[in-house]
Amino acid sequence: MMNFKFILKAISVALVSFSLTLISAVSFAATDVRIMWYGDGDKENVPIAAQIDEFNAANPDINVILDIVPYDAIMNTLPIQLAAGEGPDIARVTDLGGLNKYYADITPYVADPSYYEKSFGPFLNWYRKPGDTTSIHGFHSTMTVTGPYVNKTLFEQAGVDLLGPGATWEEWAAVSIEVAEKTGTPIPMAWDRSGHRVSGPAISMGAKYFDSNGDPKLVDDGLKAMTQMLYDWHQAGTMSKDLWGSVSGSKYHAPNDWWNAAEVVFMMSGSWQIGRFANEVGDDFDWWAVPAPCGPAACTGMPGGNALLAFNANPAVGKVMDYLSSKEQLSSFIGQVLAIPGHLDLQVDYQTDDPNAKHALNTFAGAVPTIDQVAFDLQAHVDNRIMFNAIISRLGQAIVGEMTMEEAWTRMDEDVEKQLKEKYGG
Amino acid sequence: MENIRNQTKIFFLRILNIPFAFLMHAIDLIMWPIQKIIGVRNMPYIFLLPNLIFFGLFVIIPLGANFFFSLSSGDELLFAERELPTTKQYDQLFDCESYLNPNTCTEDFFWRGVYNTIFFVVFQVGLMIFFSVLTAVILNKKIIGRGFFRSVFFFPVLLSPVVVGLIWQWILLKNGAFNAIIESYGGDKVSFLTDPSWAMASVIFVSIWAHMGFYTLIVLAGLQAIPPNLYEAAEMDGTSRERIFFRITLPLLMPNLLVVFILASIKGVQTFDEIYVLTGGGPGTSTSLIVQYIFTTGFASSGSVQNFGLAAAASMVLGVVLLFLTLMQLYFSRNKESKHQEI
Repeated sequence: MMNFKFILKAISVALVSFSLTLISAVSFAATDVRIMWYGDGDKENVPIAAQIDEFNAANPDINVILDIVPYDAIMNTLPIQLAAGEGPDIARVTDLGGLNKYYADITPYVADPSYYEKSFGPFLNWYRKPGDTTSIHGFHSTMTVTGPYVNKTLFEQAGVDLLGPGATWEEWAAVSIEVAEKTGTPIPMAWDRSGHRVSGPAISMGAKYFDSNGDPKLVDDGLKAMTQMLYDWHQAGTMSKDLWGSVSGSKYHAPNDWWNAAEVVFMMSGSWQIGRFANEVGDDFDWWAVPAPCGPAACTGMPGGNALLAFNANPAVGKVMDYLSSKEQLSSFIGQVLAIPGHLDLQVDYQTDDPNAKHALNTFAGAVPTIDQVAFDLQAHVDNRIMFNAIISRLGQAIVGEMTMEEAWTRMDEDVEKQLKEKYGG
Repeated sequence: MENIRNQTKIFFLRILNIPFAFLMHAIDLIMWPIQKIIGVRNMPYIFLLPNLIFFGLFVIIPLGANFFFSLSSGDELLFAERELPTTKQYDQLFDCESYLNPNTCTEDFFWRGVYNTIFFVVFQVGLMIFFSVLTAVILNKKIIGRGFFRSVFFFPVLLSPVVVGLIWQWILLKNGAFNAIIESYGGDKVSFLTDPSWAMASVIFVSIWAHMGFYTLIVLAGLQAIPPNLYEAAEMDGTSRERIFFRITLPLLMPNLLVVFILASIKGVQTFDEIYVLTGGGPGTSTSLIVQYIFTTGFASSGSVQNFGLAAAASMVLGVVLLFLTLMQLYFSRNKESKHQEI
């Protein structure tokens, strides 16, 4: 009998201890913060992973989980996850305005909201819903500027001088063809297949993108001039149909493989390529970033970039954002990935000896003040992606002969109108 | 000694049987009252129920959801936040000045997808049947290494479509293996995947390569089912080989070819992944089929409005086509079965 009572007591004590352990484990379990991150290879993924490890080590009450995903997942999977009420707590996003209905206001959870205003002021409006001027949803991870690169070695081999600031698109096309002919390079000019990339040059040609009420109005003489030029370059062989022809619709495609193989004289892309070129081109040839070519209206690239934005607001998310947006962490990150900071007051010690990379960083940083206001307005507009996609998908069709440029322009406007109707009703 | 060994064996088997017997009794405890209530005749439905639940959960409910999505509009995912009901998506899909010219249609990408799909299916299925029969006839002969060749022709069927797409992309790219061979013989590089006049031919070729093995197997089974005495009789009559093929082999293969035709057509209409990897639907929209249109419109709009309603409406249209093809297959296979029974 004594034995039975003893066993019963022992079981009760064990059960109570187990329950207490379970309760305390639940109470003191670290709060998970999930970040969906796309990076431009290890160059960006390794530094952010190191920062997250450091944060987790210093904050045992928070467990940051870094999900590294392809860029396509950010563009196509993330919006569906968010629409279904799922999704991460934080994500690195490039469609800054397009997802604004899902952003959470983290103002109550960050240590110093004024730091965000002071440091990222102009960019915060790119994330906010129209009319909202106060919410804090995140911060600019890196700022980008679109612009061209040239294979300097090919220019030197051809004995052709690089053009300076103020040179037009036509002049750059002419010298690229000349260099290609003299050096036997197959592709004089290659562009990223992206409406965003087309937009800076289109604004230089006079494109306005908006009507007098500020509503999207895509096709005008400026846009026609630039898209016609791109069409003509493809027909004349200045640009290879193999590059834009390898995908369809609005799918992004970068000509990096051809560029890295020194098969391209002039490449239109942007500042985010600096780190990749420094890594991938190495000593194979000298590459130089050149100022944005001019049109009759301006000599502008497009601003852009990516931001870490919050989809959940809680103290843990606030703490993670404070850490990653701090001057110390951002400066270290930007210095390693060789990017232009989105922070307005950041001293960056770039960790590179590559003269091409240093020159490119100076060129793109110097281009920021020359960016046209239309380009800033377009980048800040919530529906800019609809316009970018309409440009590239219809221009792509015209280039391969599925429609005339006249038909393509009509379709661009119709596509924008159709999508805005679907989104806003009417 | 033998007797003791047997008894021990039986003893251990009985012990092992205890959990099963317990389980069976437990199931019996549940089944017995159910059988009492619904009767023995209806018990098969109870056994089918678990499968039906999964079928409903993963087929019927999504099908219904898709139908309702096709009757709604807006860019929200949740039904409660969408405009319902509306035929707007169907109106938009079928709004054309001339169905023969996609450029006159509001949803020109859809109609380009329709025409590309028709072109793809006609040529892919036609050529696939031709090459399947040719291969099966050769593999049915007593050639050296017949087993090896049968395996070789079947292996591509085992590959994932993404792998097929990637392999052939490496081969057919402008800087790929095939162009390297052409160049080494002094020829000019060909843009197999980025020239609109080559791209469709390339994807048809790759698709035939990837799927032919499966259909060859069906045709081979048909060939082996033809009674050899028919060939012997024809040979004794001095009938030529061509006549034997066209008068004996082909007519007796017809039921198998019909199955191949319908199965290949269904598969052809659904084609997406290998082409998406190979050409991305380009250049322009020259290899973009209906399923890619649905995928792009609903899920891969890269920042544009994700139009779930329009994608759902297009998949309903595709569903009707597939239903028609499936009914055809059912009709012909039943016809074949009844003929067999008559024989």
